[in-house]
Amino acid sequence: MAIVSLKALQKIYPNGFQAVHGADIEIADGEFIVLVGPSGCGKSTLLRMIAGLEEITSGDLIIGDKQVNDLDPADRDIAMVFQNYALYPHMTVYNNMAYGLRNRKNSKESIEKSVREAARLLNLEEHLDRRPSQLSGGQRQRVAMGRAIVREPALFLFDEPLSNLDAKLRNQMRIEIRKLQRQLGTTSVYVTHDQVEAMTMADRIVVLNGGNIEQIGTPDEIYHRPASVFVATFMGAPAMNLMEGKVATGGIEIDGIGLLKSDHKLDASSNVSVGVRPEKVKLTTKANGITQPFVHDFTEELGAARLVHGRLGDKPFVINLHQEDEVPTGDLYATISPDMLHLFDTATGKRLS
Amino acid sequence: MKRAAFSSPWMPVLLLLPQVSIIFVFFYWPAFEALESSFYLQDPFGFTGTFVGFENYLTLFQNSEYLRISIFTLVFTVSVTFFSLAFGLLFAVKADKVIRGASTYKTLLMWVYAVAPPVAGILGVSLFYQGHGLITQLFGFFGHEFVIGVNYYDTGFALIAVSIWKQVPINFIFFLSGLQSVPRSIREAAMIDNRSSSGRFWTITFPLLAPTAFFLLITNITYAMFDTFGVIDVMLRSEPGNNPMTLTYKVYVDGFRGGDLGGSSAQSVILMLLVLALTIFQFRLIERRIHYT
Ligand SMILES: Nc1ncnc2c1ncn2[C@@H]1O[C@H](COP(=O)(O)OP(=O)(O)OP(=O)(O)O)[C@@H](O)[C@H]1O
Ligand SMILES: [Mg+2]
Repeated sequence: MAIVSLKALQKIYPNGFQAVHGADIEIADGEFIVLVGPSGCGKSTLLRMIAGLEEITSGDLIIGDKQVNDLDPADRDIAMVFQNYALYPHMTVYNNMAYGLRNRKNSKESIEKSVREAARLLNLEEHLDRRPSQLSGGQRQRVAMGRAIVREPALFLFDEPLSNLDAKLRNQMRIEIRKLQRQLGTTSVYVTHDQVEAMTMADRIVVLNGGNIEQIGTPDEIYHRPASVFVATFMGAPAMNLMEGKVATGGIEIDGIGLLKSDHKLDASSNVSVGVRPEKVKLTTKANGITQPFVHDFTEELGAARLVHGRLGDKPFVINLHQEDEVPTGDLYATISPDMLHLFDTATGKRLS
Repeated sequence: MKRAAFSSPWMPVLLLLPQVSIIFVFFYWPAFEALESSFYLQDPFGFTGTFVGFENYLTLFQNSEYLRISIFTLVFTVSVTFFSLAFGLLFAVKADKVIRGASTYKTLLMWVYAVAPPVAGILGVSLFYQGHGLITQLFGFFGHEFVIGVNYYDTGFALIAVSIWKQVPINFIFFLSGLQSVPRSIREAAMIDNRSSSGRFWTITFPLLAPTAFFLLITNITYAMFDTFGVIDVMLRSEPGNNPMTLTYKVYVDGFRGGDLGGSSAQSVILMLLVLALTIFQFRLIERRIHYT
């Protein structure tokens, strides 16, 4: 258990590619941080720098009260769970978990106790004598978890640990990992590109894009107050509707659509991007001050919800309706209430508030 | 397992025929001939023979020179196998550190494999050349007059050294590709679990190399016992005299130079039994373990 801080952490690979541009993250004791972002944005690089598997080009990494930039991975008091589990194929489940403890010269009895305890926690007791090749994907995943928890490290690191599992198992393990982490209270950094994992597991989410941190915040903040166009469109499925427009009095003027009502306090005629989450829009057949004519193209049934695809003016627009809300017949209007608009500076992509 | 369907039952037989006839003509037939002639005392040209039962074998076992050659063969095989594996592994580990992922280096090093064997043989001879070979001079520097072909131990040393040398590149390549196929994440997991890099090597990397090492162990034993014939013949310049030699070379010396076809056949039969034992050992061990994934 420890506080972890990343101060202006940079990574430039030997080939000159800069994968991380000065990351600053303060992680509280026991906090579960999720790093999320598109492929190649530097999530693994950042995680591996924390683990000591990748050299830190510049900046400071502090775990607990020690600066650990130059320590070996084994000396950083961390444990890592890898995407492909990285179990030792020639060792039994028991030995896989015991290996790290043996190398730390723990007594035989205490190793036995820790491993049994972890196996009990992870439902692996019957499999302790098996080799990894004799286990299912989910069980391997558990062994990888077990290997991490027996060590009782200050920090857990996870690099997409669930991405090799099928959807059902993934949901189950997601919940298990989170439960286990709460129980143990170990500070954790978790890398994923799955936004459901990010939203459901994280105390705070770090959204990365091209080696830069776009936003750090609770899932609620990330979803409801995205700091940039990137965060707004990356988080949330279906993605936020986005339209380009100009600030006008009482609203935003959008080409080919007209005025979207908004009680902003922005300078007139600056360029803005307007975002609306699909589930915040209602469909009606009666026009009023905050509606826009909507042309319905087709509907996707999702069971619990339905996605109504159509157009506002000539712009594609998606509305996410509850299962019980039918698509009305006749002329359709989308109700876009002013407080549901997210406004971003078109030039910088940053949120305007 | 997929079963192929043949329209005629003779078809598979026909397809197997070339392979089977090659094995028969080049292996079973000569082996049988050797077995047969090992029970005969034959005149040097092999035209006439007298059946003598196991006498050829008895003579061999009572022959002190045969015992001496057997002991040398044992020492030779063990040292060649051990050192060529050890050096191959050592170099592979060093190279692996440098070239992880860099395939151009790997290709360059692969060339060694293609170039080394014939060149190594010739270089070996010149290195140990009387008087001015590099290694001969090195020994001279330390006050030992190294005389290949005269001093039994010097000659034995040279034979072993050159045979090791010739085999190292092959082992190197196999070990290197074995090392490179150890997944990166497993090494990294081990780095987190174990501070000591030599500890990691012996507890993680080496066990993962075991299938490669075992395969190489068998090929190296076979190499040392049988495929070193050329090296020995070049180094002894076909003048065996009192020099050390392996059992395989002795078969040739007795049979073709000494004209003792019966005795020589008995020796080959003994070697065949050795190979058989080695093969059984290999299959037993493969059956038992060494394949994870
Ligand atoms: N050893 C390396 N040398 C040079 N560039 C690298 C190296 N490793 C990664 N990169 C580059 O750094 C960037 C970030 O890589 P990283 O593996 O951290 O991405 P990621 O966010 O984990 O992506 P993914 O979701 O696909 O795993 C990528 O553009 C990648 O090409
Ligand atoms: Mg990654």
